[in-house]
Amino acid sequence: MTTLNSKIPEGPLAEKWNNYKAHQKLVNPSNKRKIDIIVVGTGLAGASAAASFGELGFQVKSFCYQDSPRRAHSIAAQGGINAAKNYPNDGDTIYRLFYDTIKGGDYKAREANVYRLATVSNDIIDQSVAQGIPFAREYGGLLANRSFGGAQVSRTFYARGQTGQQLLLGAYGALNRQIEAGTVKIYNRTEMMDLVIIDGKARGIVTRNLITGKIESHFGHAVVLATGGYGNLFFLSTNAMGSNGSAAWQAYKKGAFFANPCFVQIHPTCIPVHGDFQSKLTLMSESLRNDGRIWVPKNKEDAEAIRAGKLKPTEIPEENRDYYLERRYPAFGNLVPRDVASRAAKERCDAGYGVGTGKAVYLDFKSAIERLGEDKIRERYGNLFQMYEKIVDENPYKTPMMIYPAIHYTMGGIWVDYELMTTIPGLYAAGEANFSDHGANRLGASALMQGLADGYFVLPYTIQNYLADEIHTPRMNPAEVKEFKDAEEQVKNRIDKLMNIKGNRTVDSIHKELGHIMWEHVGMARTKEGLTEGIEKIRALRDVFWKEVKIPGTANGINLELEKANRLADFLELGELMARDALHREESCGGHFREEYQTEEGEALRNDKDFMYAAAWEYTGDHANPKLNKEILKYENIEVKVRNYK
Amino acid sequence: MNITVKVWRQKDANSKGNFESYKLNDITPDSSFLEMMDVLNEQLLAEGKEPVAYDHDCREGICGMCSMFINGRAHGPDTEITTCQLHMRKFKDGDTITVEPWRSGGFPIIKDLMVDRSAYDKILQAGGYISVNTGGVPDANAIPISKEASDEAMDAATCIGCGACVATCKNSSAMLFVAAKVSQLALLPQGKVEATRRAKAMIARMDELGFGNCTNTGACEVECPKGISITHIARLNREFLCAAVKE
Repeated sequence: MTTLNSKIPEGPLAEKWNNYKAHQKLVNPSNKRKIDIIVVGTGLAGASAAASFGELGFQVKSFCYQDSPRRAHSIAAQGGINAAKNYPNDGDTIYRLFYDTIKGGDYKAREANVYRLATVSNDIIDQSVAQGIPFAREYGGLLANRSFGGAQVSRTFYARGQTGQQLLLGAYGALNRQIEAGTVKIYNRTEMMDLVIIDGKARGIVTRNLITGKIESHFGHAVVLATGGYGNLFFLSTNAMGSNGSAAWQAYKKGAFFANPCFVQIHPTCIPVHGDFQSKLTLMSESLRNDGRIWVPKNKEDAEAIRAGKLKPTEIPEENRDYYLERRYPAFGNLVPRDVASRAAKERCDAGYGVGTGKAVYLDFKSAIERLGEDKIRERYGNLFQMYEKIVDENPYKTPMMIYPAIHYTMGGIWVDYELMTTIPGLYAAGEANFSDHGANRLGASALMQGLADGYFVLPYTIQNYLADEIHTPRMNPAEVKEFKDAEEQVKNRIDKLMNIKGNRTVDSIHKELGHIMWEHVGMARTKEGLTEGIEKIRALRDVFWKEVKIPGTANGINLELEKANRLADFLELGELMARDALHREESCGGHFREEYQTEEGEALRNDKDFMYAAAWEYTGDHANPKLNKEILKYENIEVKVRNYK
Repeated sequence: MNITVKVWRQKDANSKGNFESYKLNDITPDSSFLEMMDVLNEQLLAEGKEPVAYDHDCREGICGMCSMFINGRAHGPDTEITTCQLHMRKFKDGDTITVEPWRSGGFPIIKDLMVDRSAYDKILQAGGYISVNTGGVPDANAIPISKEASDEAMDAATCIGCGACVATCKNSSAMLFVAAKVSQLALLPQGKVEATRRAKAMIARMDELGFGNCTNTGACEVECPKGISITHIARLNREFLCAAVKE
């Protein structure tokens, strides 16, 4: 068994990162020029890492499947980014941000990583402002903050409802500057197809040019995967259409462990599903819960009348509304963490109080508009209200929004140590692609923080500790190296195999079926029976895929169906691993809720005695069962408690 | 709804393209325009034909990847919208809808409705940023910025780089795109330092890449999905003029 060494530095928690930096190895400037780093993905983590490596003097190759690095899905993050600046003087500290993140993650994240994240959070805000990111400001000219779920302080910085866009464009600007300087070479419309390992170390990738179909190899002294999460395996999610888990899955099959795949975040405030042709779900920022109040009718008859179109929500008097989050969780109210809010919405809808199609609850701004005026609400959330109106065709200033939970973010991902290195030497994973900081549930406004922390302030240090020993490794020409040629051959074989199935099922039809299985069996409420059945169904569907999928055209050029099929083939395997992980974890925690393990009040019931570990799965073959490795979690600075938001 | 879509089909950059018409039945008014295109593609696949290639990704109106010219308008018949946010309720039963790619010398067609917008990246590479390295920057609150300036910078910064302004301009000018970035950064003290240099470099790159000149028709502002105002073009001109005077 491989022993998982998380390489946590010595010393007290608050000193670990400084100790690490004081003793790590560095690469001197003249050697940096001789070293190539591959960065896959250009979201917050990928773009910030590639730009920072370039600034340091490394030669960087940056890859994205979109037509421009600016399109990466970080762009869609709305609400904000957390930092422990304590500008509002409301009692925030680095420790409190650390504590809230660990508690919010239901005690499943590694203390040392999370503390470092909280520490560098402040540097991210400084960096972003220096890059010209127009964060919201007060009239005095200083930065404004708002509050987010899972915290009792206001520590979230924001740029209207487009914070992800602004931060990504900042990182993209830094990346552009390095492209112009010649340190970064960008490969857009290029998808990673495989990872190349030579003598046990990650040495490059094989890619497919999405325009010409050409299979190519790229060498790097190190490879960074910043390829996001795998939420799209549910078909309907808030992810972009192209978001996929394939790079992470290729790494897994080459020996990188995959940790906690069952920890998936279901976001409570998304626009409900409207029909069978729906292609994706749209998120309404959690920041709306600052001023919006969530409710369903108190009486079932009212809910039925609403569903039948006989009653309008505005006609229901105050006393007949059930503000169930405020009722159940008076201390945090509408700002409970996402997993708690999602489950509470499902509970009400399952009990028959849902509105709309029955799978929706109200998010109401009436009292906020009365308190603050419509203009103030427009200033805070104008673009979100506009987006809602375009999609649903209802004016949320006049009638409450309808929302329902949807798949949004994956806390699980590639296992990494303190340096963000995977179990494959020289292979790193950053941002949503890794598993490290959010445990079993991510708090709002923490994804942007983690992506940028990894890219700007962690990897530029830790990667040097590895590369310092690689200065004698000369650049390779992939055309002359067997391992690259073999990997290219395998990729070509896989594409040939897909093209030659010539079945009768479209990729999307199989993907939708997978999504239904996942939502039903591996979704918001899981059971032993359901998961066992789900695994069987996923396996059967995988066989269907390899026998019946239909891809028209050829592989030598643009072929969107081939792109989708290739990603779906990996999702079908990843979905099974996710279900296996959920089945093995006999407890409820964060986004993972097993119906067998709950308190009398319906809250998640952890089992710290048996499951206080990160489950790191090891690939053992296409049809063999994966092997479980455990990273035992030790809490030395935090008392592990039952998460309580009452 | 039953509709007919007339779509531009073009095999690749070097082939000649033409319109093809397809009939679609039972489209729900609540689907988005791209969901209608998905249904069309599923139908084409069922008939053994090649699906229509088009760019799209986030489907939330923010990534800027979708780019269709619908019934003669960039992003179709609505204001401040991207194609992915356009819904079929904006059309009527029995309509024929014409769908074309962006047409501009700066954005060559790759296939069907897909165009190459890497020229936008190249313009920004010329100077669409503040030249600071990671780390070693002052505290975020060290320099107060008036709320008005910050809000106006944010108005400009909302550009999604979709290319609607170029596609809709009779001169294929990229002035609104360039102005949005120049203006955003010129409004902030951090970006003011290199504002003239930035304006000069970005305009030179824009000219080099074959985009036309601005003749103040204002069409770009009307079609911009984020409602970016042409007043930013005035600020760009001011910065550009300053650069000329300084020389």
